[in-house]
Order: sequence, then structure tokens, then C-alpha cells
Amino acid sequence: MTGVEMREFFFNLTWLIPLFPLLAFALIVLWANPNRKLSTWLAWIGIGLSWLLGWTILFLSWGDIHHLTPPEGNHPVPLWTLPTGSSALKIGFQVDTLTALMLFMVPFVCLMIFIYSKGYMGYGTAQVDSRYSRFFAYISLFACGMLGLVVSDNLLTLFIFWEIMGLCSYLLIGFWYEKSYPDPKRITPKEAGLKAFLTTRVGDVIMLLGLLLIYSQVGSLSFMDVFSHETLDMLAHKTVMLPIFGSVPVATLAALLLFGGAMGKSAQFPLHVWLPDAMEGPTPVSALIHAATMVSAGVYLVARSFPLFAAVPLVHGGTQLAVVAFIGAFTALFASTIALAQNDIKRVLAFSTISQLGYMIAALGIGAYIAAVFHLITHAFFKALLFLGSGSVIHGVEHGHHEVAHGHHGHEEEAFDANDMMNMGGLLSKMPRTAWTFIIGGGALAGIVPLAGFWSKDEILAHAWHEFQHGHDFGTFWPLFVWLLLTIAAALTAFYTSRQICLTFLGRPRTEAAKHAHESPPSMTWPLMLLAFFALILGLFGTPWANQYHHLIGEAFEATPFDPFVAGLSTALAVGGMFLGWLVYGRQPLAAGEVDPLKRWLGPVHKVLENKYYVDELYQLIIIRPIIWLTQIFAKFDYDWVINRIVNFAGEATVFVSERWGEFDLVIVDGLVNLVGRAGAAIATGLDVFDLGIVDGIVNRVGDGIKAGGRFLRPLQTGRVQNYLIVAVTTLIVILGLYLVLPIT
Amino acid sequence: MDVSLTWYLLVAAALFCMGLYGVLARRNAVAILMGVELMLNAVNINLVAFWRYVRPDAMAGQVFAIIVYTVAAAEAAVGLALFIAIYRSRDTVVVEDIDLMKG
Repeated sequence: MTGVEMREFFFNLTWLIPLFPLLAFALIVLWANPNRKLSTWLAWIGIGLSWLLGWTILFLSWGDIHHLTPPEGNHPVPLWTLPTGSSALKIGFQVDTLTALMLFMVPFVCLMIFIYSKGYMGYGTAQVDSRYSRFFAYISLFACGMLGLVVSDNLLTLFIFWEIMGLCSYLLIGFWYEKSYPDPKRITPKEAGLKAFLTTRVGDVIMLLGLLLIYSQVGSLSFMDVFSHETLDMLAHKTVMLPIFGSVPVATLAALLLFGGAMGKSAQFPLHVWLPDAMEGPTPVSALIHAATMVSAGVYLVARSFPLFAAVPLVHGGTQLAVVAFIGAFTALFASTIALAQNDIKRVLAFSTISQLGYMIAALGIGAYIAAVFHLITHAFFKALLFLGSGSVIHGVEHGHHEVAHGHHGHEEEAFDANDMMNMGGLLSKMPRTAWTFIIGGGALAGIVPLAGFWSKDEILAHAWHEFQHGHDFGTFWPLFVWLLLTIAAALTAFYTSRQICLTFLGRPRTEAAKHAHESPPSMTWPLMLLAFFALILGLFGTPWANQYHHLIGEAFEATPFDPFVAGLSTALAVGGMFLGWLVYGRQPLAAGEVDPLKRWLGPVHKVLENKYYVDELYQLIIIRPIIWLTQIFAKFDYDWVINRIVNFAGEATVFVSERWGEFDLVIVDGLVNLVGRAGAAIATGLDVFDLGIVDGIVNRVGDGIKAGGRFLRPLQTGRVQNYLIVAVTTLIVILGLYLVLPIT
Repeated sequence: MDVSLTWYLLVAAALFCMGLYGVLARRNAVAILMGVELMLNAVNINLVAFWRYVRPDAMAGQVFAIIVYTVAAAEAAVGLALFIAIYRSRDTVVVEDIDLMKG
């Protein structure tokens, strides 16, 4: 096979990528469920095959990337066509550069997390999860959703896979649905799952409206049709009238509606509230779904439909990119401030994820397409690493806690939060592999040279600064706004990362549990080390001097030049932030029970941050309570006031009327019926005589006649077949003879 | 040497009559079955002869003959099976004794 043929061969197999994990899911659910080992292997094999195929596709096209750039390199694999009225929905898969890049990240991170999950869910130990196999089934289904999303060639299947992921997210956040906490204010996994599902549903409904708008205008949902130049031109010049905003280009409206979906999935303000609570799920799930892959689907959607977002420039009234930039930059800063004041190790990471997703969204908002995708990839690796690391820490501390609890015979299990960083400390020597990989991941997150996060974050900032100085498409205000907010957020990121590392790994253990923590099993530490390797090197492919990502995905876009001012400033801020964090938390490690110094200095501000700006409470007040109140009003209306009264009155009236009718029935109708009955009986008695004498007589005579005939004919029936045959043959011969003799015309 | 269609028909008729005689006159059920086979074969000769002399271009005669063979084989199998069943229950294959249907 030549290179081109081989490439074509593998491109045509794209549809298999999401199919493998789906098969694994089906097999585990229907068949392998009782066997934990088999379930684990099925899930691993499913995602492993997808990983191999995904990387094959990427690396086969690496050298000759023009085969992947649209329009000639879109490689659609049409699967089937659904006729819908006058047009038809074409459904299929495709590979282009963006997809290929996602196929680099998604299956590999998934595979790492699948391997890690075996240890985390306690395979082969006494603490093995009772729904171990189900967990692997769910994450396989999730992998199918994410992989299907990135290989879809149209918005409809993208949306379907999007919803599959939403379902898996719900199922996995609430995986430990029976869990409850002594503190009634703390959210339980069941409630967290519901919250995530409902919050993202808000975004999804908006996104569905966007799809409907596009379909009604274009008559197709495939990327090729929607993002073609003619269609975009048409969408940009056509306007719709909206109640408050007046006349708006269709492209702007469609882009904003799609962005609604992205906001829900990628947890952008104001739909970010579900992500921190999603940490109630098992940690591999947090890493897989709520940090590395699913939440980046929103960013992917915006990147995928970027031509639509860029169809109407800002100067011509296209506000969509400004909205995207504002939401992204605001979320990035907003979430990073909250992360300063969180004590739950996973919640810090959750807010950090929200903040980093804000970076990507903001980058897309100012047209830094390549930087955003670059950051999406690097972030997936180092954030998965950080989450898995935190999972390993929690695992270790929990085991330490069990050990301590067993030491004290019959000691009651008191409320102990293994996620609380205040319960940790000094884990560097207890869990060296976890600690060092975590520090690498933290460095990448903070943006320390030359780790992955530095290059991607710096490219976003440099692009913003460049746009501010030379920009024409996006004006000067938005790039400056984005640059300013993201730079502040970068400093805060470095600070809270440093705080997290210091609180968790440095100093002395603050509890007995931390004192007895052990390193996690190799199935957990190996994925950490592999991911750490990528967190170390991935950025080197995206340096401003030799940007492979630019080469890969964005020849159409202008490359961002290296800016020493921006790079210097962000490095200074990253190092400064980390150093400041070390000064506060590392130089004099907190003793057990000591108050966070930040709390002393910031006072009431810290309280606000700790409570996440009271957004949850605000939603409770302005959305959830009014809805509950309204439903109660309706319930009252129903039960006490109106509906029940009407129903009861109608019921009583019916009873009254039916009683009157009952009397009428007994006296008159029954009388008539009885009369008819008696008359009938009298007539019947008269007819009886006629019947017995004449009718029966005739019937009996007929019967007797037939009986006699039968008796007469009986001897003919000899029972011998040959007799019958002779009769038949004789008859035949006679008839044939007659035929010959008689003159038949 | 040319053999005309008539000869074939005569042979077939003779065979048919022999078969018919066997069916009507023999007492042994197996022999009756053999008579039936003779009759069927007589028919086959007719079919093939008519095909050859009347419509050599159409395959119908041959095909039909093959179908007759198939049916004959099936009939023989079923017939023998029936006789074996009767023999087991009544200890005889003499048809005159098999008169369960007698009125």
C-alpha cells in the first residue's frame, strides 16, 4: 500500500473510533458485569483500540498535513441520510486537523484514566467498590460520547454525543448516590449529579435552539455546508428581528446560541455552578470528564464553529466574539479568585479548571484560535495529571485513615474529610511519585518555563497583546481587556497552585491519617508518570519559534509573534506567584488546626471567596426558591382552592343524579322488562307443543332416513384399498370407452 | 434406424398396464409399491418421448421427469415407512388384512 492509500484506508475507519468503547460498554453491561477482571479488560481494550487508531490517523498525516486541511482534506465518511421533508440530514464522520489533534489527546488521556481507575476503585482489595464493573461501563460509554463528538461531521451527531456525555456525567457524579454527609449543607453526590444535569441542560436547550436556527436557514447541519463561504456570507447578511436587540445578523444569533451550549458544558459564568459540585463523583471521573475531556467539548464546539463566530466582524455589529471574550476572561479571573480560598483539594482544581477553560474561551473570543486549541491540549494533559494526583493523595490519606481507625479498636468512624488539604501535609516523603508528578502538573498549570502550560498560556497572552497593538478585527478594547484579566488570573493561578502544593506535600502531617498515608499502587502511579512526561514536553512543540500546532491546525491563521514583554511578564508573575505562595504556606508550614493566613489578611473578602461569591445562594434565592414557591402555589390552587373543589362538586352532583336515576330505573324500567319477560314465557309455552310435535318429528324422520341409507350402503366400504382402486380404474376405462364410442363434438 | 414416437408410447403404455396390474392384483404391499413405481416410470418415458419428438427446444419434459423422480423417491420413502409402521402394529403387509377403514 502506498502512503496515500494507507491514509485513506485509516480515514475510512474513523467511525470505528467511538464504536470500540461503545462495544465495551455493551459487553460489560450485558455480559461481563459480574466479572470485575473481565470488565476491566474489556474497557481497557475498547479504549486502547480507539487510542491506537486515533494516533495512527494523526501520525500518518503528520508529515503531509495538507491532506487534512479543508476543503480537499475533510475526509467525510458518510454513514446514512435521514430524509426530513424537502431536505435531508446527512450523518457521517470526518477527520480534519482539529479532529486529529483531539484524537491525539482524548483517547490517550482516557486510556491513562481507565488504567488508573483500576487501582482507585480498589480492584483486588477489601475496599473494592460494589459497583466496580458498572463504573467501567459508564466511563466506556463516556469515551464513546467524547470520541464520537470529535469525529462527527455535523452538528446533529455532535449534539447527540454531547448529550451522551451529559448523561454519563450525571451518572458518574452521582455514582455514589447512597452517600450522605453529617453536614446537611454539604451537597451529596445525588444532588450534585442532578445539579450538573439541570444546569448544563439550560445551555443545551439554548444550543438546540441554535441548531434549529441554523437548520432552518441553511437546510443542513454538516460542517462542510454550514461553514462554507457562501453560507457564512448569507448568514452574515441576513438579519432577524429580536424583541429587545432589534435587527441582528443570523450568524451572530446562531453563534451566540451555540455559545450557550458551550457555556453550559465548559462551565463558563453564569453556568459554572455545577462543576465544583461535580467533584462529588469518583476522582478518575473528575479527571476524565470534569477536567480533561468533556468540559473541553464546549471549547471544541466554539473552535469547530469558529468560522461562524468570525462571520460578522465586530465593526459590523457582530457582538458574538465580544461576548465570548468577555465571558471567558471574566470567568478566568472570577474562578481563579475563588480557588484561592478553597480547602478541598479537588475543589481548588475544579475552580482552576473553570478558570483555564475561561482562558481558552477568551482566546477564541479575540481570534487566538491556535493558542486556544493549543491550551486545550496541554491543559487536558496537565489537568488530568493534577486530578489523578489529587485522587492518589485522597486514596493514600483515606487508607491512612482506615489504618488509624483499625489501630484504635472499636473506634467510631468520626467525620473525616480526606479531601481537605488542612488534613494533609508532609506527603512528599510518603508518596514521592504522586508528589513529584503533582508538582510537575502544578508547574505546568502555573506556567513555569518550559512546562506545557507556559507555552500555551503565553501564546494566548501574546496574541491578546499583539491584537491590542496592531489589531484591526477586534478593536483594541477587547484584546486589552482579555490580556489584563488573564494576566491577573495567571498570577493568582500560580499563587493557589503553590498554596495547594505546600499545604498538601510540604511541612509535617497535620493528622494521623496523613501520617499513615502510603504511596498508591503502580496502576495508579504509572499513568501519573506518563501524563507528567507529556506535561513536561508537550509545550515544546508549540514554542513561538517552531509552532507545530500552528503548522497542524491553523495555516490559515496568522502566527502570533513572540513578545518578550509578555513572556517576561507572565514568567515573572508565575514565578512570583509561586514564590509568594511558598512564602505564605511553605516557609512556615501550617500546624494542625492553624488558621489559613489568607483568612486573617483578607477578612470578609476571604469569606466571600470561600463561599464562591454566593452565586449558589443567589441562584437559590432568585431561581430555585421562586420556582418552588410557584409550584407550591399551583399545588395549593390544585388541592385546596379551585380544582379539587370543582372536582368534588361535580362528583357530588353526579352521585345525586345517579341516585334519582336509580329510582326511575327500579320502578319503571324494571317493570317494563319484567312485563316483556312474562309475555315471552307465555308465548314460549304455546310454541313448545308445536316444536316437540312437528319440528322434532321432521328432524327425527330425516335422521332415521339417513341412518337407514348408511346401513344399506355400508357393505360397499370394504376397507381394502385395491377394491377401491379397481372401482376407480373400471370407471375410468368405462368413461374412456364412452369417450371413444360416443360422438362428442 | 428411426424409431417413431408411437413405439415409445406403446412401451410406456405396456409398462403402465403392468404397473396397474401389479397395483390391483398383488397382495403384498411392497409389491404394490413397486407397481406404482412402474406406472410412474411409464409416465416418465412418455414425458421424455414427447419432449424429444414434439418440443425438443423446451426443457419442460426433462425437468418434469426429474420432478417425477423426486416425488417418486419421496413417495417410496413415505410408503415404506408406512408399511413398516403397519407391520409393527399388525404383523402383516398383506393389504387384504389391512381393512381398518371397513364400514
